[in-house]
Amino acid sequence: MRAHWSTLVILSLIVLLVAAIGALGNPVVQRVVTDMLIKLVVVLGLSIFIGNSGVLSFGHASFAALGAYGAAWFTMPIVAKKLFLPKLPAFVLATQYGLTAGATIGIVFASTLALIVGIAVVRLSGIAASIATLAWLVIINTILANADSLTKGSSSLVGLPLDVGAGTAAICALIALAVAFFFKYSPIGLMLEASREDEAAALAAGIAVHRLRLVAFVLSGAVVALGGVLQGHFLGMLSVGQFYLEFTFLTLAMLVIGGMRSISGAVMGTLLIATVGELLRVGAGGGTVGGIAIPPMPGMREIALALIMLFVLRARPSGLMGGHELALPSRLASPK
Amino acid sequence: MTFAIQTLIDAISVGALYAISALGIGLLFGIMRLVNFAQSEFVTVGVYTLMMLANAWFPLAALAAVVVVVLLALTVERLAFRPVRNADPATLLIASFAVSYFLQNGLVLLFGARPIGFDVLPGLGQAIQVETVRIPLLNIVTIAATSTLLLGVGLFLRLTRTGIEMRAAAVDFRMARLMGVKADRVIAVGFGLAGIMSAVVSILYAAQTGTASPAMGLQLALVGFVATVIGGMGNLPGAVLGGLAVGAISVLLQAVLPPDLRVFREAFVYAAVIAVLLLRPQGLFRSAAERERV
Repeated sequence: MRAHWSTLVILSLIVLLVAAIGALGNPVVQRVVTDMLIKLVVVLGLSIFIGNSGVLSFGHASFAALGAYGAAWFTMPIVAKKLFLPKLPAFVLATQYGLTAGATIGIVFASTLALIVGIAVVRLSGIAASIATLAWLVIINTILANADSLTKGSSSLVGLPLDVGAGTAAICALIALAVAFFFKYSPIGLMLEASREDEAAALAAGIAVHRLRLVAFVLSGAVVALGGVLQGHFLGMLSVGQFYLEFTFLTLAMLVIGGMRSISGAVMGTLLIATVGELLRVGAGGGTVGGIAIPPMPGMREIALALIMLFVLRARPSGLMGGHELALPSRLASPK
Repeated sequence: MTFAIQTLIDAISVGALYAISALGIGLLFGIMRLVNFAQSEFVTVGVYTLMMLANAWFPLAALAAVVVVVLLALTVERLAFRPVRNADPATLLIASFAVSYFLQNGLVLLFGARPIGFDVLPGLGQAIQVETVRIPLLNIVTIAATSTLLLGVGLFLRLTRTGIEMRAAAVDFRMARLMGVKADRVIAVGFGLAGIMSAVVSILYAAQTGTASPAMGLQLALVGFVATVIGGMGNLPGAVLGGLAVGAISVLLQAVLPPDLRVFREAFVYAAVIAVLLLRPQGLFRSAAERERV
């Protein structure tokens, strides 16, 4: 399958369109769009590993958490750090960097840990690899939730600079899109895809499946970490629970519902689930319809979201895009 | 010595609960490659049923929990999983996530997100003194109930026609179907069994914790997956032993870790899981059929 440039162009235009809606809309729309674009960064990150290798990972939320906290240690104002995290190492307490430098530190930190656990994960295949990532997620969650001096433990860490808006999120989403696209059509991506379809045949053809999976794992961990950094600096607060099973579930659902075998699937799944989720939030928040007061119903939004997911899966078991990419019809397009 | 015996009894009773969770999950995984996250809500719904009937006669409440959870499991199979049965494992997994999310938030909607305290069989809080060892009655009941259940399920799987069909399906579903095993029936019975086991777990778990909260089943389900995998997939006795092992390891860690490391116990348990997977990727108790073939 050859890279199809129109796919990258179409998806970039979709991202820009979403960002434009955010830029023109009121503050509420703006926040919704920013949140959606951040989720898109995360889901594209997931697709780099899961989509190409076919191995499900439950562990990537940990990289979002590690990236977010890693960046926050350096971007928080020194005063806020001394107040909330007085036990940080002295050199961290004394420094304050901007978002770019902080994000770089967070991403490097998360990727290093991704490399370490990745070495273990890629040696396993199928469900054993998935369970190892799940175990990793629990490990990191337990450590972060109890490392009071680094994370404030089970209470929230506040005071992160609010540096991320729709613009920053859109730029990062475009970067993530480009990374995912170029990786997928790189020799490494194509060889991984071969191993996804038939691992034994790929090995027999001389493809170093484990090593390539490790590359994908670290790269996807880095992109997901970027998503975590963005989320922290968008909300201005971090809590360990923010990056646990619900985060894992929602982002994986976006990927699978869109169709995990294509980048277009990751994008469309994210946009669909995020949009539906927001619309439902409005619905479940209560209010008055036609003069009748409707009380807020906690849980209603999640119930409806789950039902919609089940219906989509039922109608399209291999995802909305079914493994296809959005592309212009062209004589140059190679048939799949 | 006293401490060691008490720890051992604790380890067995925690491990026994985990073992049943793992068996339910392992059964469905073996048959239909489903990683069933919704099993945690089967347990939770059982606990809420008990909570609503806290003032009723206990055997009646227990029976109600079993009936409710089995019906729930069968309904979920029919409505959520049957339509996507032939999809790839990722789709099945997300479906089970969605079911779990649905049920958990359904409980939030009906009962609120806060834990609700109640008493199941308050008499179980007492302990028996055997020389220097104090054994909580609850531990004895847990061990007795779980071993009876395991024995029952084991006999069912070994001796009845349906049970043998289920074991065949767990080893190789396609081959079993070719030999005339009815897919719908085997899967429905699998869910029914998972429901019964979850209900029993819910009764014991409710007696242990004394509360009902919407996310309480999660821990058991997580341990269930892990135990199934380290026990060797498609190997049901392996899943049971895996559950026992995970339970025993966490209780032992609780006993031997220095107090300031105890909060990190879960991290140690799951690190051990990763280590086991690396050393024995096919599981501790590898089944002959599970070897990868080309």
